[in-house]
Amino acid sequence: MTDTSVLNASLLNHVLRHGDRALVLAQRLGQWVAHSPELEEDMALANISLDLLGQARVLYTYAAAVEGLGHDEDHFAYWREPGEFRNPLIVEQPNGDFAHTIARQFLHDAYAVAHWEAMRSSTDDTLAALANRAAKETSFHLRHSRGWLVRLGDGTDESHRRMQAGLDAMWPFAAELAARDDEEPLRQSGVVPDSGVRFAFDAEMASAVAEATLTAPERVDVATSGGGWDGAHSEHLPILLDELQVLARAHPGATW
Amino acid sequence: MSPGWPLWEVFVRARRGVNHVHFGSVHAADEETALQAARDLFTRRQEGVSIWVVRSSDVVASDPDDEDELFDPAEGKDYRFPTDYKLPAEVDHM
Repeated sequence: MTDTSVLNASLLNHVLRHGDRALVLAQRLGQWVAHSPELEEDMALANISLDLLGQARVLYTYAAAVEGLGHDEDHFAYWREPGEFRNPLIVEQPNGDFAHTIARQFLHDAYAVAHWEAMRSSTDDTLAALANRAAKETSFHLRHSRGWLVRLGDGTDESHRRMQAGLDAMWPFAAELAARDDEEPLRQSGVVPDSGVRFAFDAEMASAVAEATLTAPERVDVATSGGGWDGAHSEHLPILLDELQVLARAHPGATW
Repeated sequence: MSPGWPLWEVFVRARRGVNHVHFGSVHAADEETALQAARDLFTRRQEGVSIWVVRSSDVVASDPDDEDELFDPAEGKDYRFPTDYKLPAEVDHM
């Protein structure tokens, strides 16, 4: 392969990873609607879900352009199999109780803010433009999830116990988020600026967990390849995708 | 099941230089979540540049039964309106 085609393949992989991350988490959050503790929280989770869906649409549309095979955004959302999705494992984890969802969301948001802040200086115009918008959206998401993490962690005995259980359940999936060694070609070309994403992510986790009076579980070291980013998923993803894709597959080409 | 969160009144300033106007109310556990819920419900379409939330129980309201004594006495007191006063002819465009 030429340098250009290597770079192109890396770019497509990168764009799909983040499109899938956003889409799968949007779907999970959508499952809360009408089930959250209060109508206002339904709205909050649905708003975050829709922001993520918007990010996924931009990324899939861009993926189609990079890929150059005449696909559109719907192709990537509806017509790929679970093994072709490259989202990190944390976003496909089941909602559990509200504290589980908050733990998952906080760990994701802490990473996503660091990611998009760094991506603002990407040499790729499309990604840099998306990063400018997504960084603002994601900061608000983090404010919401971090707020709940602290409120529940530093709340009653019961809320503390549940928040700790949620954090313990989601923690093993956090390390994977900032562990990618195979995007080196993109780093060298400045498409994915290496601006201390992992450092910012770790610092945010440490400060929020301390403020919430929670105990950080032991750090899990993960392989820098394999896992969700490379299409190896838990049993939860196929079920989630069945629900997401069933309508489009039952009525191909259907429009409103 | 509702956790029984308190009610908050939401005021939004549409743009700089105008007053905050009452927009509605939200249920929320505390000040911070009230602000966030207000943002999600009332300012998603760039309706505002500033939000106030006030705990509804902190709003002191007049009693509808007191309407007569509070508001009706203003009737017939035209001198309370600027239009009741004639300007001298030499004052234009006041």
